Amino acid sequence: MSFLEFLMSRWPTILSLTLEHLLIVFIAMVISIALGVSVGILITKNKVAAQIVLNFTNILMTIPSLALFSLLIPVLGIGKIPAIVGLVAYTQLPIVRNVYTGMMTINPSILEAARGMGLTEKKILRTIKIPLAFPAMMSGIRTATVMGIGIGAIAGYIGAGGLGVYIFQGISRSNDQMVIVGAVIISLISILTDRFLGGLQRKLNR
Amino acid sequence: MIRFENVVKRYPGEGADAVHNLNFEIASGTICMLVGPSGCGKTTTMKMINKLIRPTSGAILIDGRNIDTVDTIELRLSIGYIIQDIGLFPHMSVGENIATVPGELGWKKERINARIEELLELVDLNPKVYRNKKPNELSGGQKQRVGVARALAADPPIMLMDEPFGALDPITRAKMQDEFLHIQEKIRKTIVFVTHDIEEAIKMGDNIAVLKAGQIVQLSSPMEILSNPADPFVSELIGGRNSLKMLNLMLCGQIMKSLSPSEGEKARATGHGLLGLKATAQDALSEMLRTGQRFIYVEDGDRIVGVLEFEDLLERASRHGLSQ
Repeated sequence: MSFLEFLMSRWPTILSLTLEHLLIVFIAMVISIALGVSVGILITKNKVAAQIVLNFTNILMTIPSLALFSLLIPVLGIGKIPAIVGLVAYTQLPIVRNVYTGMMTINPSILEAARGMGLTEKKILRTIKIPLAFPAMMSGIRTATVMGIGIGAIAGYIGAGGLGVYIFQGISRSNDQMVIVGAVIISLISILTDRFLGGLQRKLNR
Repeated sequence: MIRFENVVKRYPGEGADAVHNLNFEIASGTICMLVGPSGCGKTTTMKMINKLIRPTSGAILIDGRNIDTVDTIELRLSIGYIIQDIGLFPHMSVGENIATVPGELGWKKERINARIEELLELVDLNPKVYRNKKPNELSGGQKQRVGVARALAADPPIMLMDEPFGALDPITRAKMQDEFLHIQEKIRKTIVFVTHDIEEAIKMGDNIAVLKAGQIVQLSSPMEILSNPADPFVSELIGGRNSLKMLNLMLCGQIMKSLSPSEGEKARATGHGLLGLKATAQDALSEMLRTGQRFIYVEDGDRIVGVLEFEDLLERASRHGLSQ
């Protein structure tokens, strides 16, 4: 069977796995961004808390992704839920770190001027700090999302579905075509998402 | 009027007071310069007025009201604030920067827009050109003009200025000082101005408070500081050549001998050197040295109204010098 024939005959499966992959990553990233941005902003209030949180997210990321997912099985079982939890945990570091760094590297005289002029802390956060930290936030989100798409493949291993299923099945059946299709589509999604977020970043920064 | 009553500030973990028992007043509509070396407490003193720093003890009153009893945000919105790094918000346009405080005060859009135009005109920036520019498109001097406009936006009665012209090159700096004094003639704000530059203090101040180790060692007019420094520290800060500096404080128009219109006509015919009413005695001296003449005429518009002689300058400078 040629590669093209393979694609033609399996496209409904390939499409549904792709959509499933996108869905898992999308849900995980929505949660991850909401959590990471909030945590990143919160820890700017306290240096000690910031150190602890940043170290913790750092450790999370150094755990190999396969190990992290496996560790979640006894707690959460298999399926989409542990996959999403794993992805959220895994993509926290770039988001939290970039939000934090973005907020902390704002020129102190800008903040002093804002305070001295009579802006409330809430207002400073909303109109000064977040807009100024936005480019850094966006690049963290971009890194995390691209990572999430890649690591999402491993979620297939714990029964979450997605394109990882195809890769793992391909390996166990020695079916190169399945492996290649899974890997190439994941790569394409990664590249396109990166491009899209990069474009969005430039547009919003203007 | 701003009044300090027994104000003390000690930072936690420090052995000495940053500001020790300050008692003084700043009259409404005047510029009070706080001058002194680094760490003398001048910035701390200023920042206590808008509660960026809270005193350890003592009270600060604005027009008789203890600022402790005033809401912090409300207080700050009623005080213009300008710092050396200006702190313009880089993601906002010039217009949006200026609109910050009026926006907080809930002004109507049309009123804010009109105010932005008015202020940009006041600080000599064409609103059509500059209103929509971002701060990074401006030169240092232009940024500081916007900083001044932003601080004046809601017409606060008080302005705090922390070395506002410190980062500018000497030429731009002198120009900004002159322009600011010109603006102050119109707006008559109560201004607290921190600087480490005694020349700037002498030029800009109605009064100068010289601080040393958290205490005011002398609070008086620039002329008084120059002619009668309270102690060796102040003398050293002034750094000699007081007489020349004093000449800088005297305007030709104030110290000239008046001439009648007919005398003026005669003087005109001589084709001799001329200076304006607002020229300083130092300018006059410099002009005399340049031309080798012992006198100079003073004109008001196109009419010669007075004459200034070398002997007058000599007498003026030494009379002040004698009282040292």
